[in-house]
Amino acid sequence: MIPSLPRPAWLRVATALYVAAFLGFLFLPLIVVSVFAFNDAPYPAPPWHGFTLDWFFANDPAGRLGMFHDDELMHSIWTSCKVGVWVTLLAVLVGLVNALLLERHEFRGKKLLSILMLVPLVIPGVILGISILAFASQIAQFLNDHFHWYVRFLRPGLPLVVLGQFSYIATIATLTLRARLSRFDRTLEDAALNLGASRAATFRTILLPYLRPALVGTAMMSFLLSFADFNTTLMLVGGNPPLTVLMYGRMHEGATPVLNAVSVFLMAASALLAIALLRRGPRRASA
Amino acid sequence: MPDASVAAPGDSGWRKALLMAPALAWLGLLIVLPHAELAVLSFREQVGPRHYVPSLSHYHEFFHEPEYWHTFVRTAWMSIVATFATLCLAFPIAWVIAKIARGRAAVWLFLACMIPFWISETVRTLGWMILLRETGVLPALLVKLGILAHPVEFLYHDTTILVGLIYNSMLFMIVPLISSLESLDNALIEAAYDLGANGFTVLRKIVIPHAAPGITAGSIIVFMLTLGDYITPTLLGGKDSGWFTEQIYTEFITRFDWGQGAAFGFLLLVLSTLIVVAGLKLTGQRFGDVMGRT
Repeated sequence: MIPSLPRPAWLRVATALYVAAFLGFLFLPLIVVSVFAFNDAPYPAPPWHGFTLDWFFANDPAGRLGMFHDDELMHSIWTSCKVGVWVTLLAVLVGLVNALLLERHEFRGKKLLSILMLVPLVIPGVILGISILAFASQIAQFLNDHFHWYVRFLRPGLPLVVLGQFSYIATIATLTLRARLSRFDRTLEDAALNLGASRAATFRTILLPYLRPALVGTAMMSFLLSFADFNTTLMLVGGNPPLTVLMYGRMHEGATPVLNAVSVFLMAASALLAIALLRRGPRRASA
Repeated sequence: MPDASVAAPGDSGWRKALLMAPALAWLGLLIVLPHAELAVLSFREQVGPRHYVPSLSHYHEFFHEPEYWHTFVRTAWMSIVATFATLCLAFPIAWVIAKIARGRAAVWLFLACMIPFWISETVRTLGWMILLRETGVLPALLVKLGILAHPVEFLYHDTTILVGLIYNSMLFMIVPLISSLESLDNALIEAAYDLGANGFTVLRKIVIPHAAPGITAGSIIVFMLTLGDYITPTLLGGKDSGWFTEQIYTEFITRFDWGQGAAFGFLLLVLSTLIVVAGLKLTGQRFGDVMGRT
């Protein structure tokens, strides 16, 4: 029960134990992944054979190849980054326009449109993937039959991966940006306009700075979601797999500790991103 | 239609059209038309090279091939079990964060719950594989402790899939639960207690009715994520995990039978929509409200 009511000792102990067990459940897989990135053995399995950094830095073409020398792996990380940047740019831009549209304009079918914008979140990622794949192929086929055009980006590959991920990340961007915009005090803009500022200047000097924290937050979230996406990507990927798809393939074949090393690398990157977000936190609160 | 916005009346027409264009392009070209295409694919049959007729053959195939609908029912059932288990396991933690822990402790606990979800599902699943496989950490530990005589394979069981699914869903249940529990006035609980209610009665008559919107929102999201999951069932369940998304992948990518794959996709979509609608009806909530909550 709540602290203001008497809680029997057994309940307090049980609560504490449950929280501890729960945290163990949450962190055990991550700890295990990290530990075996440093084990001096060819398989990520016990027993412990001693500490090594080989799975990061080794460069022995005949033997161990650390993640930083595994070209296929490094290339897939680069691919994920490229896809992530495109998805982020598209999602933030479209999310911002949608937020402005829904918060500031009335039009017929507005309710329908705002509900339709939520729909991508409830469609399983696999289905988003196959539907976009089928539609793109249909268009490609049509262009080929009628105009003899061969449109490469409509075939499975990174452009389709970007569009597939964007199709649902745009919803999340719209939701967060709209939430921030709805708390904006319109009189600030009216004041700027009354004082002779142009619409563009008002947008740049009043609205954009106000939205900045939400824009940065949305961008980070979009990038992270894109980087982690698997379901949609799997259906649309061509011969150039992003990291999640490559890792999945290798895990099917039987993992080596290189994957643990990549995981540690990803965790470190996520931690840095999280710290950056948290440091931004207080300023956001005072804004 | 009167224009209620404060924008200058003269330019609001084309401004609106311009603002609407990205949304229409996004939803039209990436959501509505692709799903229409999927529907067309699923409701036709190839009768010759590049010659198709409308037909229900793909759906017929689904209902007459036991393997297909077994997989379908199994996926749905396991998703329901996973959702319910996630709810039960997440509720106490949400309660601790919302009601018992104070200040910094609550913030830290919440952050701890979030951390695993900053990391991709592939990495988390790798962790479970290293823990549970026959040569993995848990079997080795159990042998060392004398509980098992030989290492046992913990992967490739239904329970393992469930553990993985529950693990992946945790945060999506905890967040809506916390937000609905935080708005519950402690005075109500105190009043019930003063009037002689025990813990169970308080939970049943006060806490659960109040938290219902959060429970619905969390359950819907978790159910959909679980139903559409791919990595966890295939890696923790092995080759014969029997997950419906895997079936869709096989038809679409491996067998290149797009009609059949499209029909499967539609069935999955219908199932998830039905469950969402049923969940909303059951608790009398609206789609927009629930999604807005998350």
